[in-house]
This record gives sequence, structure tokens and C-alpha cells, in this order.
Amino acid sequence: MNPVRKQRLFVVLAVLAGLAVAVGLAVYALRQNINLFYTPQQIVNGEAPVGAKMRVGGLVEDGSVQRDPDTLDVVFTVTDGKGSFAIHYQGILPDLFREGQGVVANGTLVSRDRFEADEVLAKHDETYMPPEVQDALEKAGHPGSKPGAKEEDAGYPKGDYD
Amino acid sequence: MWKTIKRWYHQLGSPRYFYRFCEAVLPWLVPVSLALLAVGLIWGLVYAPVERYQGDSYRIIYIHVPASSGALMGYIAMGVAGLVALVWRMKMAEVMLKALAPFGAALAAVSLLTGALWGKPTWGTYWQWDARMTSMLILLFLYLGIMALQNAIRDPRQAARAAALLAVVGVINVVIVKYSVEWLNTLHQGATLKVVGESSIDASMKWPLLISMAGLWLLYAANVLIRARTEVLSRERRSGWVRRLVRDEEA
Amino acid sequence: MFDPYFDSVAAFIAMGEHGFFVWSAYGLSALLIVTNMLVAVRRQGRVRAEIARQARRDGARTSPKAGTSSNSVESNQ
Repeated sequence: MNPVRKQRLFVVLAVLAGLAVAVGLAVYALRQNINLFYTPQQIVNGEAPVGAKMRVGGLVEDGSVQRDPDTLDVVFTVTDGKGSFAIHYQGILPDLFREGQGVVANGTLVSRDRFEADEVLAKHDETYMPPEVQDALEKAGHPGSKPGAKEEDAGYPKGDYD
Repeated sequence: MWKTIKRWYHQLGSPRYFYRFCEAVLPWLVPVSLALLAVGLIWGLVYAPVERYQGDSYRIIYIHVPASSGALMGYIAMGVAGLVALVWRMKMAEVMLKALAPFGAALAAVSLLTGALWGKPTWGTYWQWDARMTSMLILLFLYLGIMALQNAIRDPRQAARAAALLAVVGVINVVIVKYSVEWLNTLHQGATLKVVGESSIDASMKWPLLISMAGLWLLYAANVLIRARTEVLSRERRSGWVRRLVRDEEA
Repeated sequence: MFDPYFDSVAAFIAMGEHGFFVWSAYGLSALLIVTNMLVAVRRQGRVRAEIARQARRDGARTSPKAGTSSNSVESNQ
């Protein structure tokens, strides 16, 4: 390669590398703002400010959903295996809301173990299968058949966030 | 191997050879891409089974994933073209940089729109400022920014250099789009299709997805060749071969 | 596997209550993609016509010389 081109290549790659490092550091430093939600572990560890508006996310614990028969009130526990707390919500839950699946809730952290949500969104995992396949897996007692049976299947938690 | 690549690089770097290459490839590239797209979409929309939780709303995957991956691949191609344009000052790289942008921008917009329309019935929201969605929006703005630079600067070579620099540094954003769902916590789920390892989608749903993906990528390629061929003709309009070509076509 | 999943055309249109989302997603996608293809093809036609016009105007005066083409491999720099 002739020296002029070699120099140009070096300059372009240096600019790219420098910018990549800068962006990487910025994302790392701002990750708490870029992350969409606080995890149960962070809530339990007191990393989230009590009384503030925020988003939280986690897996709906199996058997924890309690619906009030007269109103739209619903209470459920979210967990990430390292901590858990209760979410109180009044309203219609999305179709994909179910035990063992992930949710993201928008609202206020009233105390370390109680979150009052204005909005509840359902996460879904990256697996796609027809109902028959799901039934067959369940009959065979396959561990992957039950949503949330393997925590990483539902996208929670994906390792440590800090 | 390296020799073949080098020869290709030099041959396709010649505008006239590139024009002949387009003439040879486009007549089958367009029908093949449309046929694949038709098979993939009809299979996905009509024959593929329903998803256990999402019901029929999951069928948006057959356009959302091909469009998103196409927009990302197109941007990577622009980054490579930008690097070649900056370092080797190759005219054809500038032409490709210009030809790649419009369809890539359209696919980024398709990705965002179909994602929103898929998000509402599944997540319960059209839009959240999560890292995956925000970085995809930035990808669209990068595409539009490159197109704006190419059109705003009068001197085509100056314009190409400015656009090339933006294309190269914008590749960082592609990395963020790809890994945002792994490094950060987002509403968007992780990757379903994996190059290495087993994809987490049932075969009955995977094949139509792969076919429509191949179809849309090839349609993107066809669009790029058509646009690049136009750009070559326009830039080489004073040269003898373009004039003879146009005259022969008229006769 | 190669029977249509849906029992009727109506069920296909309805997409299990998600028809609005599925069909507007595909409609908008088709609109953007088809428009983009058409713009590319039509621009090509315009440029060709422009060059042909120019060539006719020039051809009236002098015919282009055969040796001025930029077909050499080195011309790409």
C-alpha cells in the first residue's frame, strides 16, 4: 500500500477507534439512564430512590398474582432471583401478561418493597413456537416448555448490571 | 482467493465494467428477489402456525426482522464503502455509498413502524425510549443525514467525503443496536436468529422468515444496483461509452 | 403443514383480532418499499433520457470519438 493511503487508513481507523472508546465510556457512565428499568436486585439494595417516578422490571413470580374480584386492582410480585417486591396496579393488563413472564412497570416506588404502577408492559422472550409444540414439550416435561423455568429464557436477568 | 478478490475489486471499480455487471445481474436478481419475498411472506402469513402467546400478531416478524437486518447490513456496507472512498478515493465506492442510503433509510423506517405496530398488541405500548428502539431511530437519522450531506454539498467529491466519514463513524451505532439487548436492560427481547448456535424459533416459523429475509436483502441489492447504475451513467455522461450506449439503445 | 392455517378468508383478514396491527404494518412496509423501488427506476429513466437528448444535440455538430471511453481498469481512482 502506498504511504499516503496507509496514512489515510491509519487516520480513519484512529478516528473510529477514538470515537468508539468515547461512545463506549459514555454509554457505560450513563447506563443507569440508558437502562430502561431498575431490577428487583437494585430495588432491594436500595439503589433506586424511594418516592420517585421510575420504571422497574422483572419476572412475575409464579402464583403471586392476586386480582380483586370487584375492581381492576391487581397485586403481583416481581423477582429476578436476587430480590423481589410487590407491584400494585389498577387497570387492564396487556395480553402477554402472565406468571413467569417478564414485565416492565412505570410508576412510583412507595417503599423498598411496594411499587405503585400507572402502566404495566409485558416483555416477551425471544422464543417463538406454535401452541402444539408447547403442549408436546410440556407433556415430555421439557424444562424449556414452561416460561420462566429457565430465567435467561425470559430475558431476566442477563447477568450483573453493575 | 485474494487474487480473485483483487481482480473483482479492480474490475467492478471500473464504471464501464460495473455497468455491464448490472446489465448481466439485474434481469434475474429482481425476479428472484420478488419470488423469494412472495414465497416467504405468503408462507409466513397464510401457512405458518400461530404463536403460543402472541397469537397472529407475531406474523409482523416476517417483515420486521428482514427490514431491520437489511437496514443494519446496508449500513455496514456503507461503512465499508465509506472506508474505501476515504482511503483509496475510489469513485465506485462513492457511487455505492450514494446508492446504498435511500433503501436502507426506507428499511430503517419500516423496522421502526412495524416494530411499533407489533409492540402495541404484545408489550402494550407503541414506543418506549429503550436502548434498542432509540439506537434504531438513530440509525434512521444517520441514513437521512448521509443522504442530506450527499445532496447539500455541490461538489460531488466533497459531498462523498463528508458522507463517507459519517458512514464510517456511524458503524459504532450498528454495534449498539446489535448488543443493546444484551448489555443493557430493555423492553425489546434478545436475538432470536443466531448465526452460531440454535435459533429459538420453531422450524415451521423459521423457514418462511429466512426466505423472506433472503428476498428482501436481494431486493435491496437490486435497488442498490439500479441506483448505482443511474449514478454511473450520470457521472460518466460525457464519456464515449455512455454516449454510444444511449445512441445504440435509441437506434 | 401445507394446509393454510386459517379456516376462512375472514379469519385471515381478522388475524385473531390483531388484523389492524398486522395489516397496517404490511401496508406501510409495502408503501415504503414499492415507492422506493419506483423512484429508483424512474430516476434511471430520466437520466437516460437526459443523456440521449444531450447526445442528439451534440451529435448534430460532431459525432463522439471512439477512443474517449473510460474503460481502462486504472480509471477508477
